[in-house]
Amino acid sequence: MLPGAGGSRAGLPGVGLPGSGAVRADALSRGAGLPEPPPTRTIVLWCPDWPVIAAARAAGAPPEQPFALIAKGLVFASSASARQVGVVRGLRVREAQARCTDLVTQPYDDALDHRAFEPVIRAIEAAAPGVEVLRPGTIALRARGPARYHGGERAAATILAGIAADHGAPGVRAGVADTPFAAEQAARARPTRPGERVRMVPVGGSGSFLAPLPLGVLGDPDLAMVLGRLGLTTLGDFAALTDEQVRDRFGVPGAFLHRLAGGRDPREVSARDVPPDLEVQASFEPPLDRADQIAFAFRRSADEFAAKLRAAGLVATTIRVGIVDERDVLLERVWAHPRWFDAADVVDRVRWQLAGGVDPTGLEAPVTTVVLEPVAVDDLANHERGLWGSGPDERVHHGLARVQGMVGHDGVVTPRIGGGRTLAERIVLVPWGDAPAGGERALAVVRDRPWPGKLPGPPPATVLERPRPVDVVAADGGSVDVDDRGTLTGEPERFRSDGDRGGRFSAVTAWAGPWPLVVRWWESGGRRLHRLQLVDDDGRAWYLVLADHRWWAEAIAT
Amino acid sequence: MEATRVDTEGLPTADALAPLLPGGAIRAGGTYSVPESVLLAQTMLQAASAAGAWCAVVGVPSFGVEAAAAAGIDLDRLVLVPDPGDQWLAVTAALADVAQIVLTRPLGRVVPGDVARLSARLRQRGAALVALGSWPGADVTLRVTESHWSGIGQGHGYLTERRVTVTASGRAGAVRPTSTELLLPAADGSVRAAVPVAASAGARVLRPVAVAS
Repeated sequence: MLPGAGGSRAGLPGVGLPGSGAVRADALSRGAGLPEPPPTRTIVLWCPDWPVIAAARAAGAPPEQPFALIAKGLVFASSASARQVGVVRGLRVREAQARCTDLVTQPYDDALDHRAFEPVIRAIEAAAPGVEVLRPGTIALRARGPARYHGGERAAATILAGIAADHGAPGVRAGVADTPFAAEQAARARPTRPGERVRMVPVGGSGSFLAPLPLGVLGDPDLAMVLGRLGLTTLGDFAALTDEQVRDRFGVPGAFLHRLAGGRDPREVSARDVPPDLEVQASFEPPLDRADQIAFAFRRSADEFAAKLRAAGLVATTIRVGIVDERDVLLERVWAHPRWFDAADVVDRVRWQLAGGVDPTGLEAPVTTVVLEPVAVDDLANHERGLWGSGPDERVHHGLARVQGMVGHDGVVTPRIGGGRTLAERIVLVPWGDAPAGGERALAVVRDRPWPGKLPGPPPATVLERPRPVDVVAADGGSVDVDDRGTLTGEPERFRSDGDRGGRFSAVTAWAGPWPLVVRWWESGGRRLHRLQLVDDDGRAWYLVLADHRWWAEAIAT
Repeated sequence: MEATRVDTEGLPTADALAPLLPGGAIRAGGTYSVPESVLLAQTMLQAASAAGAWCAVVGVPSFGVEAAAAAGIDLDRLVLVPDPGDQWLAVTAALADVAQIVLTRPLGRVVPGDVARLSARLRQRGAALVALGSWPGADVTLRVTESHWSGIGQGHGYLTERRVTVTASGRAGAVRPTSTELLLPAADGSVRAAVPVAASAGARVLRPVAVAS
């Protein structure tokens, strides 16, 4: 391990855990005992208050005017003058207006935000390769190329920050460190000297640089609260815990943040090779020229992308979106995400990329194709949001996610009882990690509705997924049927359940029915079914249904 | 009944099954075979689930969820893997880490080497295995030897209650077979010991057929 990087292996005093120090080979590391790969130095350019600057500029508000952006009823971002009177992020709108009576508020529009940031991105892209956009206002790129070109990391960062400032992002600050997370924190850190625009964190010094920062910078308030209750307040305290302690208590998402806090980049270590065939493409004929239309049409492809990844047991942490317009000009951009992309995030990125054109509607020419492919992927098991709280639940979740890795996401299910009149309909199987459609409450409501036609008696223990054809025969040898008045044409005498496999008939020792079940009588395709129960001479009880003059077994009480 | 191994801890066990099992309880690390009756296998899971443990079911696509709920299994802590394909053994072993009792339907032949490895893992995790089929070396095999449905006649009534005789046999020669009478299921779907009925030769007793409200 690099000196100084990462947390020490000693346990926190007062937290009694065994100090055996055995490293578990698990999905997060490529194998026990392998050294960490050398860090890839990253430059992060951060423009303070970018959303406010962009929105204020678009609204034409003077810079000294207190200005705030609102999202979901809370303050999303505020200008410096507003912050001075106490309007901070997360405040409710009414509260903010009470604190500052001449506050100008505007709803946050992420498309406008990105559109305004596009010139900055293009300028940086022209100056250095491999630009990754984290969000409007923050760009990450590898330091190696620019450093070699401009003669040093500090020089490169200064020049890039200057380019960004020239293209409309005032006050851009740069941070250089081993990992994107540490570099972003370096860029956001208060300058040590007035006028300093670049903050350098030496190789291997990420751990000690991050140590005094508060836990809130990890972006996970639940974790920060729980750790606060345990007496840990800074990233250094968190990083001092061992990997095993964090894993047992907080599971894989916690282990991810733990690595971030220690100055180790979890993504570099656990990145998997991107398998082929995960690319998704959508073509539009005729070409569309409105960003929202394109984004809407792309939604299905985004869902398909997420489903393909999930079926392969992966999530995408970085994607590349390519937009081809009518003139066959391709605009490609790489997007990174602090955690991972789901379908909604992907559509957002496509929308932002479309909004970035020079034209006010956002596009220079109508778009014919949008191509999406993952650049960096990670194991699904590393990123499923587990149940917070007690250790055992987290362990269960981790174990089940591992089984999902073996049989696929839909292979591991939890059962629920829904509504319906046939026994099979009433079973709802929800894949682990998903919620039932409509939520648990909707399912309970449906279940409690009156379902006429439900038979009394204990439910059978075997409910066939697909009804099995069976034969019910009367004394005269003909199949038993139900006439129009709902009575049987003959008494069931003999029964055969596996006629297609050459089974024999057995005698019927007891039977009851028929009970009619009319399904959708108001539709022309409505069906009239009849139920029958019978016991064969092995003592097994069968739940049968007559449909279209044929008998089917719905369930068996074994 | 003598236990053939050093006494290991017992898992929560349904009262109805206690007379059938050595030591009166399901043993942690034990393997049990229930060749035919799914409801009987569900009963093996019931007490542990009610006590707060997780249960898992592998390879049973026709698992009757409502029956399991009526028998007393908590659906919030039940996990199903209906179709493990040819990985059923690996999935069963992985679920032994998660659940306290695993119900599995063996697909194909079970190799004794795999059985021994799985048993070791179960012992280590304190879990138990119930196989819905034959299982070589199972500690106890439970079979339904007699069954009588009540509530249903010749064209009237409906399936209300089933009175069965369950016979438990151990590994060859180790344990003498024992039997007990159970209601599998009773009218409300639960499984419990059957109260012995005074034999009245000849007279047929008419019992009121309950209708669920």
